[in-house]
Amino acid sequence: MKREVPLLVTAVIGIFMILSFFVPHQAVSVPADFLLQCAVIVVAFGYVLGGANALRINIDLISKKAPNWQYKVVLLIGLLTMVVVGAVEGRAFQTPGTRFTWLYNQLYVPMQSTMFALLAFFIASAAFRAFRIRTAEAGFLAVAALLVMIGRVPIGNWATGWVQQLPPWLHWVQLPNVEEWIMNVPQNAAKRAILMGAALGVMATGLRVILGIERSYLSGEE
Amino acid sequence: MAGAGRFEGFDRRWLFLVVWILVMVPLVRPLMLPLVVTPPAQAYHDAIEAIPDGSNVLLSADYDPGALPELVPMTKTTLRRLFSKRCKVVVTCLWNGGPGVVDQAVRSVAEGEFHLTDGEDFAHLGYKAGNESVMVLMGQGFANAFPNDYRGRPTAAMPIMQRVRDYGSIAMLVSISAGYPGTKEWVQQVQARFHVRMVSGCTAVSAPEYYPYLRSGQLLGLLGGMAGAAEYERVTGLTGPATRGMDAQSLAHVFVAVCIIAGNVLQWTRRRAAAGGARGQP
Repeated sequence: MKREVPLLVTAVIGIFMILSFFVPHQAVSVPADFLLQCAVIVVAFGYVLGGANALRINIDLISKKAPNWQYKVVLLIGLLTMVVVGAVEGRAFQTPGTRFTWLYNQLYVPMQSTMFALLAFFIASAAFRAFRIRTAEAGFLAVAALLVMIGRVPIGNWATGWVQQLPPWLHWVQLPNVEEWIMNVPQNAAKRAILMGAALGVMATGLRVILGIERSYLSGEE
Repeated sequence: MAGAGRFEGFDRRWLFLVVWILVMVPLVRPLMLPLVVTPPAQAYHDAIEAIPDGSNVLLSADYDPGALPELVPMTKTTLRRLFSKRCKVVVTCLWNGGPGVVDQAVRSVAEGEFHLTDGEDFAHLGYKAGNESVMVLMGQGFANAFPNDYRGRPTAAMPIMQRVRDYGSIAMLVSISAGYPGTKEWVQQVQARFHVRMVSGCTAVSAPEYYPYLRSGQLLGLLGGMAGAAEYERVTGLTGPATRGMDAQSLAHVFVAVCIIAGNVLQWTRRRAAAGGARGQP
């Protein structure tokens, strides 16, 4: 019963939600709406669970003085500060002028923006040190990457602006046109194949879950 | 060989310094490089312009501060065009770190530039956990999925929510997204199911993923990254932060291309020298 009941619940709800996609009648849409509300509530509880888990794991690592434990202290201070300040502010904690908004604007936004801005530096370093062309396929990838990278920005248009002086049938060699062709034809074809493959995989997995063939989500055991 | 050997212990902080200079100089002294409007950006503009004046629009701004330089400019330009057409805009956010940034962008345009009234001309409903579930739930009513707005006020009482009830009452869905959940999920869960007209603005890194949807007509237009935002600014006749950032991005792209080529040339030089040395041994 411990396994059969969850399998039955999964199968019934799975089939019902598939049905709700095709049947717009109230008899299906109202219960489907209720189930979606339940899903949203479960996800919200997931945040509480995630927060509690982060606290438990990091307090444990700090007490054991694990490597880099000092960073975990900073993490916990940040986590608790935002939660406590948000709770103290009450329902309108996101209104401009609150302490929570100040922390968000003055700490969270610049720190996250900085993290992403650092990518520019690391990409340049990785391009120099790690992007090695050892095979013909890697060569094609590198050439396509270079054409898209330069064709996507105004300097590509500026550098190949002289193409406009050539006969119209040669205008396709201007870098923005080459970039657009790469994106629309070979890239698009590959992406479509990946999307279709992934969609078929998701459908197959969904069916396996609904039919009770895939059971690993129950407890990690088959 | 000697030239290649010099780069063995190359300190990568020199590369960081060059990137910093190449980004900073054009921001201080713009090069004014010519910008071309690509077909996806033109299609995005055409789709927005085709909306009848005074229509209802849902704008889902699914990003956080990490995508701020790429996505806030296109969010603002889109809002400017929509408000110029007297559209009623409802804004949502499915990224938990994003509503603060989105709220500032929306209010700076709606209240700062157009002097519109919150709850009547526009509404920012804020964040809701649940990803795709929220998208589908909104099909049963936006106020149903978002009972309160970003500032905690009940949405059901807002005049704008009497007009903008569900997907059937909107003329267009604008998805500005930085990843998951974002444009792909909006297409799969909402566009395909409710047949809503839809355009997307996204980060440059995720743009290739959405080309199939653009070619299939599920997306009517696409802005990819800061370049897309700059093209949209150009086509709407505005000069904003995206246009100003394109010179810096141009030089950074060229430098990354030079790094790829230089790194490989050095590698080949070393390999050839090593092969020559091996042949010379008895």
